[in-house]
Amino acid sequence: MSNSMIIGQYIPGDSFVHRLDPRSKIAIIFFFVIIVFFANSVMSYGLLALFAIGSAATSRIPLSYIMKGLKPVWFLVIFTFLLHLIVTKQGEVLVSILGWEIYEEGLIQGAAISLRFFLLIMVTSLLTFTTTPIEITDAIEELLGPLKKVNFPVHELALMMSISLRFIPTLMQETEKISKAQASRGVDFRTGSFKDRVKAVIPLLVPLFVSAFKRAEELAMAMEARGYQGGEGRTKLRELHLGKTDVYLYILFILLVIGLFLTRS
Amino acid sequence: MGNTQIEFRNVSFRYQEDMPWVLKDVSFTIYNNEWVAMIGHNGSGKSTIAKLMNGLLFPQEGEILVDGQPVTASTVWDIRRKVGMVFQNPDNQFVGTTVRDDVAFGMENHGMARDLMLERITESLEAVGMNGYERHEPHRLSGGQKQRVAIASVLAVSPQYIILDEATAMLDPKGRKEIMETIREVQSARDLSLITITHDLLEVTQADRVIVMNKGEIWMEGTPRELFAKKEQLIEIGLDTPFVSKLADELKDAGLPLTREPLNHQELLEELWTFHSTR
Ligand SMILES: Nc1ncnc2c1ncn2[C@@H]1O[C@H](COP(=O)(O)OP(=O)(O)OP(=O)(O)O)[C@@H](O)[C@H]1O
Ligand SMILES: [Mg+2]
Repeated sequence: MSNSMIIGQYIPGDSFVHRLDPRSKIAIIFFFVIIVFFANSVMSYGLLALFAIGSAATSRIPLSYIMKGLKPVWFLVIFTFLLHLIVTKQGEVLVSILGWEIYEEGLIQGAAISLRFFLLIMVTSLLTFTTTPIEITDAIEELLGPLKKVNFPVHELALMMSISLRFIPTLMQETEKISKAQASRGVDFRTGSFKDRVKAVIPLLVPLFVSAFKRAEELAMAMEARGYQGGEGRTKLRELHLGKTDVYLYILFILLVIGLFLTRS
Repeated sequence: MGNTQIEFRNVSFRYQEDMPWVLKDVSFTIYNNEWVAMIGHNGSGKSTIAKLMNGLLFPQEGEILVDGQPVTASTVWDIRRKVGMVFQNPDNQFVGTTVRDDVAFGMENHGMARDLMLERITESLEAVGMNGYERHEPHRLSGGQKQRVAIASVLAVSPQYIILDEATAMLDPKGRKEIMETIREVQSARDLSLITITHDLLEVTQADRVIVMNKGEIWMEGTPRELFAKKEQLIEIGLDTPFVSKLADELKDAGLPLTREPLNHQELLEELWTFHSTR
């Protein structure tokens, strides 16, 4: 189970958020990231939080998953909070602990920054929870489409991403196989000093790299044999569709932006 | 017959200048609507021939013609449309993230319309018994299932020639029989030529013609019956003969006069019947 979690944390579902076009999701998140930095009053923060929590609720992703998604950034959030608490020296002194004075403004700013972090991470993790990696890839290809005009290799980038998605599980299975094979020959990955363990990993990495290169070579040949010659003249099986739900989302988001600017102090 | 054939004219090939020749002066023709099996020991050059056929490699000497058109860097894309190929390793030819995407890959490259693709995906997955697996990722499939998908992918683009390079090696005997039957049906329905590289003797007996490779040269070209009549020599170059063929030999040694080289159980049985009733 934990193996399949590594690429993408997609949780299948049929919610409003799942059904949105991935392009819409990415675009909205992009703009959300921007407008978060415009919030400066309790009301405006409240509105943004309402939007984020509302989206999370409609996605029907269990709260525990979202919390798990926040886990790696807890440290960052607490660190920035403390930093603001200590560094900011404006407003009234609230308390003084061991000679350190905590200012009102520090508390407010610390809280605001932490909240911003939370909102950003919540919304972006919502994207990966409700969108398959391949949908994200397709959306990126479409959204970056205009860059083709300046010869940016958009199609190649998307193909690279989708091939990585295709091969990551395969290579992980292979790593497991090799590590078992090496373990059965007496290589010990778990105990010993750090140096010993690094040494033990080498007989794991070498065959893995050799096989990955061989795979890449064979794959390139198979792709050519199957007529692949770049993005030019290619049709696509997977299509993205903008639907009614996307229109609702845009309307909601515009209302949010208007609300935000009305409630700014 | 016209020009619908693949022709090798005195082809010699080596992977690098300083390496030994892998193919030495190889000439043969694959005609329209026939099934040619290719056998030979490991490293005899079978896969190399397959790769030369659709321009993945180019010969240093000699010429390869597909439908009268020489295989060169400028014709290679036309030729790859006509010559479909399934490789030995099913894992490293699986390009899509799901079965459905993989079957579509070749069709996408050829710029096929989406509706047609959807139709062909259903058809070809059905043909190889993989319908219901459309959304499966490759790491959730067995080796044999991946080979089935690879075959479906080549059927979907509907080429004029299909090369199967040990493409059924991982299938169980029943699955292999079913798939070969399906491919035969497709072959007669679409008038295509089939080139199967194999170590499976049963498959060889069913082909119209056999090409036997030995150390980069054509050792023999003929019908399966002609081939298995040369048992001793076959064993000398490291190949085996089918069980029925061996049994027939033993029977001959035991004094039973067999009139022809039986290729399968049915034929041997007929021989025995004839012998029994004329005694
Ligand atoms: N990419 C390569 N670079 C260099 N030499 C190669 C390469 N591929 C194959 N060869 C060599 O060419 C010879 C023929 O290989 P080929 O793969 O055509 O054999 P084969 O008949 O398909 O064998 P098998 O039954 O094992 O699949 C072998 O001696 C092999 O070592
Ligand atoms: Mg081979």
